[in-house]
Amino acid sequence: MQNGLEHSTTTRELPVSQQPEVDYVRVRFAGDSGDGIQMTGTRLAESAARFGNDIATFPDFPADIRAPSGTIYGVSAYSLNIGHTEVDTFGDETDALVALNPAALRKYLEGVKQNGLLIIDMDAFTERAITKAGFSANPLEDGSLSSFRVLPLEITSNTEKALKETGLSAKDARRSKNMWTLGLVLWLFERSTADVEHWIEQKFHKKPDVAKANIMALQAGHLYGEVTDLPPDVSRYRIQPAPLMEGEYRSINGNEGMAYGLYAGATLADLELFYGSYPITPASPLLHTVAKLKELGAISFQAEDEIAAICAAIGASYAGHLGVTGSSGPGIALKTEAIGLAIMTELPLVIVNVQRGGPSTGLPTKTEQSDLFQAIWGRNGDAPLPVIAPAHPGECFDMGVEAAKLATRHMTPLMVLSDGYIANASAPWKLPDFSDPAYAPFPVKKATDPEGFLPYDHDPDTMARPWAVPGTADLMHRIGGLEKQAGSGNISYDGENHQLMTQIRAQKLEAIAKSIPPQHVESGEATGKLALLGWGSSWGPIRVAARRAELEGKSVSHIHLRHLWPLPPNLEELLSGFDRVIIPEMNNGQLATVLRSQMDVPVESVSCVKGRPFLVREIAKIIEDALGASS
Amino acid sequence: MTDLKPKDFASSLDVRWCPGCGDYAVLKSLHKMLADTGAKLEDTLCVSGIGCSSRLPYYMATYGFHTIHGRAPAIASGAKLANPELDVWVFTGDGDGLSIGGNHLLHALRRNLDMQIVLFNNQIYGLTKGQYSPTSQKGMRTPSSPGGTVEMPLNPARFAIGAGSKFIARSIDTQAKVLGPILQEARDFDGTAFVEVLQNCVIFNDGVFDHLKDKKQGPDHTIVVEHGQPMVFGVNKDKGIRVKPGGFGLDIVSLEEDGLTEADLLVHDETNHALAVALAELGEKDGEPTVLGILFREQATEFGTASRIGLPEKPLSMNEKLGRLSATLRASETWDVGEDAA
Repeated sequence: MQNGLEHSTTTRELPVSQQPEVDYVRVRFAGDSGDGIQMTGTRLAESAARFGNDIATFPDFPADIRAPSGTIYGVSAYSLNIGHTEVDTFGDETDALVALNPAALRKYLEGVKQNGLLIIDMDAFTERAITKAGFSANPLEDGSLSSFRVLPLEITSNTEKALKETGLSAKDARRSKNMWTLGLVLWLFERSTADVEHWIEQKFHKKPDVAKANIMALQAGHLYGEVTDLPPDVSRYRIQPAPLMEGEYRSINGNEGMAYGLYAGATLADLELFYGSYPITPASPLLHTVAKLKELGAISFQAEDEIAAICAAIGASYAGHLGVTGSSGPGIALKTEAIGLAIMTELPLVIVNVQRGGPSTGLPTKTEQSDLFQAIWGRNGDAPLPVIAPAHPGECFDMGVEAAKLATRHMTPLMVLSDGYIANASAPWKLPDFSDPAYAPFPVKKATDPEGFLPYDHDPDTMARPWAVPGTADLMHRIGGLEKQAGSGNISYDGENHQLMTQIRAQKLEAIAKSIPPQHVESGEATGKLALLGWGSSWGPIRVAARRAELEGKSVSHIHLRHLWPLPPNLEELLSGFDRVIIPEMNNGQLATVLRSQMDVPVESVSCVKGRPFLVREIAKIIEDALGASS
Repeated sequence: MTDLKPKDFASSLDVRWCPGCGDYAVLKSLHKMLADTGAKLEDTLCVSGIGCSSRLPYYMATYGFHTIHGRAPAIASGAKLANPELDVWVFTGDGDGLSIGGNHLLHALRRNLDMQIVLFNNQIYGLTKGQYSPTSQKGMRTPSSPGGTVEMPLNPARFAIGAGSKFIARSIDTQAKVLGPILQEARDFDGTAFVEVLQNCVIFNDGVFDHLKDKKQGPDHTIVVEHGQPMVFGVNKDKGIRVKPGGFGLDIVSLEEDGLTEADLLVHDETNHALAVALAELGEKDGEPTVLGILFREQATEFGTASRIGLPEKPLSMNEKLGRLSATLRASETWDVGEDAA
């Protein structure tokens, strides 16, 4: 069937790299959490994407808003991979590390490859800062960096010098050192500063002084590269544009894509979007993005707590809008009872869980995919809930549309499992063409005819009940959390009826299973020695490792689940065509456990819960261990 | 005006409250008021949480949503924000509204979205068989407080004032003459109207309000305040409330004994916030009357109206929305990849 999700994967069909040195460069900016690292990284990412490169990014910042300066735990970093070929991960190793202080160097040196480039702000390497970072001696002087190419620059004082004529205080001038650094890095990539200048002008249009200072610093950094004799071993990077599919592109992160996709989904369902939410890391940007869609008719509501957020969304759905709520694991836990209510009342509702490390408060800013059990099974009673998951940032838009489609077609709440990595990472995204059949409208038909109206009558194909919204004449009825009598919807404590209603709620998922696209193979053959089965954001590293192994002639296929519950009906058959099925997942084996409960195919689990996505080499190791180095 | 009669507002379900429960009287007043005011069944939405009083939506022929414990104000808020044309009622109790759902009640009252919240206060948990509630009187012996409670009870009206409520009223379940007009005024109020109903639980807390309800003695223990009227009460209309002479606060006086006339008494001003605080507290000590009627009413910005500023004036068509979305998606930098670029 034609499906938005099928559509989205094809836009990323790029060649896989065979010559890493030429095809992509991995850069990491690191500094204090107040140094503007995230902004610097985002700008370079935008600039590279605009140039036509494929990019993958990984913002990695502390949970503290302003951790004490100079500390290891206060380091904020932004990694990006800029490619001529397909890049689906931010990279296992760093080709170039920009360290704005000793703590940043200490924290991220380990990830820099042999002979990698270190761009260092010497000005920040005071004795005190060096000690604070935990170095016993100045690493710039003790020879410990001899296996790297070191480019020590006076970034802070160069920035101050560049802004001297602006009349800014030295302290204010120093704030622009990230822009000086960005200017230099843009020069390294043979890129002009024009796009960033344009962005600065727009961003700071109300503060022309700030805009001017940042632009001057940016240009000064660029010029520094131009006119200064850099050491001969510092060469510039020439990454050609990637052969992306034709079309109009922008860069997007997962949270933005999800918010826009939910709006598009509500619109294609001919409904208004109501987004009820309570701020939580890393889901808050969903709320921020929907709040900006007010002119488009989207209603956002910042509720007093997680429970009120979902309850308001349920109320809005009951009144005829598409109710959506978003949160992360701990907030989803609070919403649990209300999800049960939405299941009992069979109202369309989308719940977005942007997962983070757990349990409890866990690791708020670190990614994980350990809420799968919670999504599928985490409620009282037999309470089936469909679960879907985007694989990468560019897929979130289509996943939002898919969520709206399934929730309204089957009259059910539904959960979308995103995660902190997908939410914050950005990638080039081909803008949707709404005339494409993938975005064919699926307008909801609400009940209006009193003739034979029964609020709990179910459509035999979709198992949807009629949606009769308050304000509709002659369809007045009462719903609630008590068990409903099939048909009339009146309260029923009858055992036979409860058996029937439990079955009806289960059949709703069976109806969804019939309507979703059959599971296909992401890369590789449909049968073979090894299948790597993934879901969510493990997509990138599995894809890169599997495609490389395939080029080496290994029998490896990548299968990626987007519909997690119900599972695609052909999954068992597909998996049984492989000698081994291994599931790399960022939890302690949850998908493997789910599959063992559902099918007879043996699956193996490889777990990684380190607050970051799998590295490509970790997946490559799984392949090697399974197949041997040469098979 | 429709021709609906009070009974037309009753659903076909048998009412299953205990015989003698105060809830029957409230339901009756509600049916009558809605019929009198010409309400439409399809435009009326009753939302409730969990508890005896929260069964009320099942007994209404309107739209109804019996939700989960304490969350009715949040669900009602979502429905009202989605469809401002609905006349939204929340029915809750002292446990549902002030214990498990205290947070939602607080924020609903502070936001001032146009809806009515009717809190049935029977000072006990009825549906779970008689445990003490947040409004139970101190020392009350219940299955969960065999030695008597040691908690200070919460005064719902005072809670509402603290939350910033703009309409606060109190009534007794069986006093239809007081309750009916209050429900009407609450419905007419453009904001969140909070109505506390002192309601008798015939099984677990029977008679707790008898001294207020008693036809003979009751008037000595209650005062029904009316905006612009002097605060006179008592069986013989011989008691009153005045400002404490030379001090701050209220004084309960006997006109004859104290040699006073009605002119010496306080005139109710429902817009006076400080007075509302004092009135809400009366009745907590012996000799003080419990204040019924509309304690406080102040027109303020209604949340729904304020929150809709910036939304399109008319709902957008699907094509208009997709067009605006396309423009929004292109508001950030975009670039073309063509054969030339590749």
